[in-house]
Amino acid sequence: MAKKTTKAGGAEAKKTTKAGGAKAKKDRGVAVEKVTLTIDGQELTVPRGTTLLQAAQDAGTEVPHYCYHPGLSSPAQCRLCLVEVEGAPKLLPSCTTTVADGQVVHTQSDDAIRMRRGVLEFYLLNHPLDCPICDQSGECDLQDHVFAEGREHGRGREAKRVLGRDDFGGDVLFYGDRCVMCTRCVRFMNEIEEKPLLTVVERGDRAVIDTFFDEGLEQSNWAGNVVDICPVGALVSKDFLHKARAWDLEHTDSICPNCSQGCNIELHTRDNLVHRMKPRTNLEVNGHWICDYGRGRYEWLNRGDRLEAPVVHAEERNTAMGWTAALEALKSRIDTLGESSVKAVVSPFWSNEDLGAVSRLVETLGGGSVVFRSPRAEEEITLPGYEGLARRKALAPNVQGAELLGCTRVGDDAAQGGLEDLMDHDGVVLVLGDALDDQPEGFAPNAALVVYLGAYTSSALASADFQFPVTTFAEQEGTFTNHAGRVQRFWPALSGPGAARPAWLVLGALLGALKEEEGPTRAEQAFGLVAKAVKSYKGLDYETIGAQGVLSAARVPVPGD
Amino acid sequence: MGYPYSHEKEVPILSKYFGDPEARTLKGWKARGGYKALKKALGMSPEDVVEIVKASGLRGRGGAGFPTGLKWSFMPKDDAKPHYLLCNADESEPGTFKDRELLRWVPHLLIEGCLIGAYAMGAEHVYIYCRGEFFEANQVLAKAVEDAYESGIIGDDILGSGQKIDVTVFAGAGAYICGEETGLMSSLEGRRGEPRVKPPFPAAVGAFGMPTTINNVETLAAIPPIIENGGEWYRQWGTEESPGTKLFCVSGHVKRPGNYELPLGFSLKDLIYDVCGGMIEDRALKAVIPGGSSVALLSADEVENCALSYEGVIEAGSMLGCASVIVMDETTDIVHQVTRMASFYAHESCGQCTPCREGTAWVTTILKRIEDGRGTEDDLDTLIEVTDQMVGTTICVLSDSVAPPVQSSIEKFRDEYLALIRRGERVGAA
Repeated sequence: MAKKTTKAGGAEAKKTTKAGGAKAKKDRGVAVEKVTLTIDGQELTVPRGTTLLQAAQDAGTEVPHYCYHPGLSSPAQCRLCLVEVEGAPKLLPSCTTTVADGQVVHTQSDDAIRMRRGVLEFYLLNHPLDCPICDQSGECDLQDHVFAEGREHGRGREAKRVLGRDDFGGDVLFYGDRCVMCTRCVRFMNEIEEKPLLTVVERGDRAVIDTFFDEGLEQSNWAGNVVDICPVGALVSKDFLHKARAWDLEHTDSICPNCSQGCNIELHTRDNLVHRMKPRTNLEVNGHWICDYGRGRYEWLNRGDRLEAPVVHAEERNTAMGWTAALEALKSRIDTLGESSVKAVVSPFWSNEDLGAVSRLVETLGGGSVVFRSPRAEEEITLPGYEGLARRKALAPNVQGAELLGCTRVGDDAAQGGLEDLMDHDGVVLVLGDALDDQPEGFAPNAALVVYLGAYTSSALASADFQFPVTTFAEQEGTFTNHAGRVQRFWPALSGPGAARPAWLVLGALLGALKEEEGPTRAEQAFGLVAKAVKSYKGLDYETIGAQGVLSAARVPVPGD
Repeated sequence: MGYPYSHEKEVPILSKYFGDPEARTLKGWKARGGYKALKKALGMSPEDVVEIVKASGLRGRGGAGFPTGLKWSFMPKDDAKPHYLLCNADESEPGTFKDRELLRWVPHLLIEGCLIGAYAMGAEHVYIYCRGEFFEANQVLAKAVEDAYESGIIGDDILGSGQKIDVTVFAGAGAYICGEETGLMSSLEGRRGEPRVKPPFPAAVGAFGMPTTINNVETLAAIPPIIENGGEWYRQWGTEESPGTKLFCVSGHVKRPGNYELPLGFSLKDLIYDVCGGMIEDRALKAVIPGGSSVALLSADEVENCALSYEGVIEAGSMLGCASVIVMDETTDIVHQVTRMASFYAHESCGQCTPCREGTAWVTTILKRIEDGRGTEDDLDTLIEVTDQMVGTTICVLSDSVAPPVQSSIEKFRDEYLALIRRGERVGAA
């Protein structure tokens, strides 16, 4: 179930090759002429216009490269992707040479390997080889390629060029000595963010990447991406600096929880802590990119003051107990109440599976209303070079999912207030995920029953009748529905604290007990129940959603979104 | 008339008015038969103009020697896009000074050639990219263009033909790499002077993304006489494969260095000992670089039977390039000269391609170390291998240019390297 890979390496292979989401859409429906060629003895047929590098990738051969990046233009300047094409007078850069009928390409011929060896030797002439203190070590393309194809010993005897370290602003540090001058960062700023904040200054072996005088990357909203696409340790994140070695990190596919765009990400974890968030390529949603706003907000997943055991409030005191006893106590309370009206508040940071379970419980207990509060930004932050990608105004991952389940948004743009109805309610009050930090002590004093399922306790909920510890999205499997109605899966990257369990599992067990039937035991089953209840999810299951998500049939228009 | 010296064996076609200040002025130029060829060309179809150039066998004088007529015929026809003709006047190959003299003395000859070329290729705008350091040449050229505009030779209706062609003089900012045709286009567009990947070739996607042809100054200056007199006339000089005359820039240890216009195929030995008056103080010849700093050195033996045509110099073991003949006598320190050349390339590399960016600098440091007496014999093998790795692996040929001087000098003057490495002895007086 856990979709984890240790150490990178596979990351690039997963990336698909088309440039922009918009462009990819345009290509559809047009009959593309096919070309048949041979790469390393393997015959393959690919669309005309495909580059040799892409074609080789399709055939399973990764041609080493630095300046080529599937999301950027190709200047063919790193000269590492040179391959032999029969009939050509010299080796050709596979990143810009396009396929031709009957072409015979050798990526592993003596000449190609000899030249790549030569180019790699040039790279190491001025490279400091400070791998032991470099953050990129372990996921470094220079390290990997030199290890695979480079010389055992360099012949350079001269002193190395020393450029030192430069603060590029924002979260980005520049180690000039490690730079391989691939100019991916410059091209990202020019072509994708369309804010030319980086440039190459000087020429020849004095050439170096730099910002313009005092203007740095603090003016960028997407600068973290230059750290991602830097093939070596020249551009590193200040936030991640010396925090962990790449090979110690586990990578888990996930969804960015910081707005409703639903960018595909990887959570990189070690010792049950999230150390960083990295974009995961999905050309339909975020391409190869994520914004700095989203990237920088993962610390809440590492909060230590978690609810760790079910807590039952009786006779003015809280008692921690096991799940069986706590759920039995809740069931008997519900049994004595009989049918009653329910008012629930949920959090759009929780999964469709969790929110769906709340809806089912509300219905079972006698019906009522479900509201949610969600933070909103005043402005979108768009990325000019990648149509359809923006930091959305809705700053929660599952606003659309909540709307589709019939939940209503209340409160202000700071996700506060709007709960007067619940405060005065005399029936059952159910809270999921939202710790009600803005509310006074002893929330809903007149309620017949207050049940809270959450990650942390708060003064408002400390005396709730039941406090159940549940896992966050990073600790469980589930789905979010993004602003466009795209249902996307995420996988557990962390293990939840103590007795915390997914809310769908807890509520499913309770519902099972109330209805005397089996509750869902797997997230997939929990999603199946949601898919039954929501018309636009019809026919969806975890298999069809897969790793890249599926656009559901309908979306509820969110005002101003 | 050659300049500063001339010789009876010269065939002065382009250089006829070198040293004649009146030829610089529009009036003086017209009095010398100027702009007749342009008038003639405008009365012909563009295709016919290209045919005459093809028939002349004129080859590009910038160094590569590509047939000019063929290059012109690559320009697309009826594609409704603006076409551009770029004149490469960014002459900066060490040892070359022929374009400078053409710009200084016969600017109208160049303008005439540009206009004929533009007409033949349907180009609406000619950019003359002139090396920035050529301060005088820039001024002379700018004045000539201004005068030509005023008298209706350039502009909306050239010579009353209804043809519209504009000419802009653009001053470079001091980078050798901007003399590479795609680097020149980048620089002209206001970007870093960095060569671009071909394909697409300039005739398809050139300056400002439009079909473009780039010709050297000397190539375009040869166009008016060819149009006036016909292709066959031009072929009376030179060889079958290298027709016509060529300006030879001779520098180094000869008695009379300078520009000499000679038929292609002329003997290198005669150039040195007859035309240039022989070696200074009659010292012995050691080596000759026949085509600018990017070609292999010829030893004194190889000079004996070298004919100065594109094919003749290849046969002798080097390249004609832009025919910049650098003559070195017995007092020359070959290691020092090669180090000078390598450091020039290290300084001028644009820094895009790794083999060039790192290789040029590395080769230079190794050579400097050898010069300082700290070299090893292994260094010579390293130099050969490293320069091998720099050939054919980059976007443009700046990187390739380092190999011929370095490799040929190690091959032909190994003793001089070994003397430095083994005993710290310098050969020659430099």
